[in-house]
Amino acid sequence: MTPLVSYLLVSALLFSIGLAGALTRRNAILVLVGIELMLNAANLNFIAFWRYGPNPEALTGIMFAIFAIGIAAAEAAVGLALIISIYRHYKTTNLDQIDSMRG
Amino acid sequence: MSGEVTLPFFVLSVLTIVGAAAALALRNLVHCVLALMLAFVGLAGLYLQLDAQFLGFAQILVYIGAVAILIVFAILLTRGTESHSRSIVSPSWGMSSVVSVAVFGVLAWTIRSSVATRHSIPPQPAITVKQIGNALMSRFALPLEVIGLLLTAALVGAVTIAMQDKQEMK
Repeated sequence: MTPLVSYLLVSALLFSIGLAGALTRRNAILVLVGIELMLNAANLNFIAFWRYGPNPEALTGIMFAIFAIGIAAAEAAVGLALIISIYRHYKTTNLDQIDSMRG
Repeated sequence: MSGEVTLPFFVLSVLTIVGAAAALALRNLVHCVLALMLAFVGLAGLYLQLDAQFLGFAQILVYIGAVAILIVFAILLTRGTESHSRSIVSPSWGMSSVVSVAVFGVLAWTIRSSVATRHSIPPQPAITVKQIGNALMSRFALPLEVIGLLLTAALVGAVTIAMQDKQEMK
């Protein structure tokens, strides 16, 4: 079976890709996509440590990942609603053009 | 460390990484979401490789069935003012790339030098959906209720935020 190190390295690479996307892209939707990828990388870590941990019957890792998926779904819904609301106001989703906080 | 990298793991991780990289590098936003779905499929496959069948299918249902479709809707609703001549990256992309590469470097170095990853692999756990359901209803009942409340609040909040203002419509 594949060693734990490989899963951790894939997860670290996924996290870094998500971070790079969230930091570099101009479109707010793709920033949200980058954040989703980072959350998924964390989930992969939870599952890998659950599987390779000394006590996999305890189900803790699986439960944490289930709740993380739920929170990520809620975050995506609220984030996209905010982006649509901002788009209605500014007529753009480019983050560098949304530069004022006045209502 | 024991064991070798298996072929399914290799294929799935390449699928995930390529999908994630394409999702954040392509210019067309709809193509980005398609690549993102590819990455989610790869991740679900990795969960199956780790004997977490329930989570693999939950990943497909929640991420591909709900989150990706939601992102497609958001993209289609916010189209129209995209200027194709302008750059897709923010002006400070150089610094951000350096930060990301540095984060990966630190993480990879830590993982390679850690002693926590040198355990032997435990035998395959026999986890059924029934056990997960029992745990959710007994030991994890309170977190389940809290997550239900959070999802309800997020749903109501998202609808409230995205709802059109009556004054704006006039």
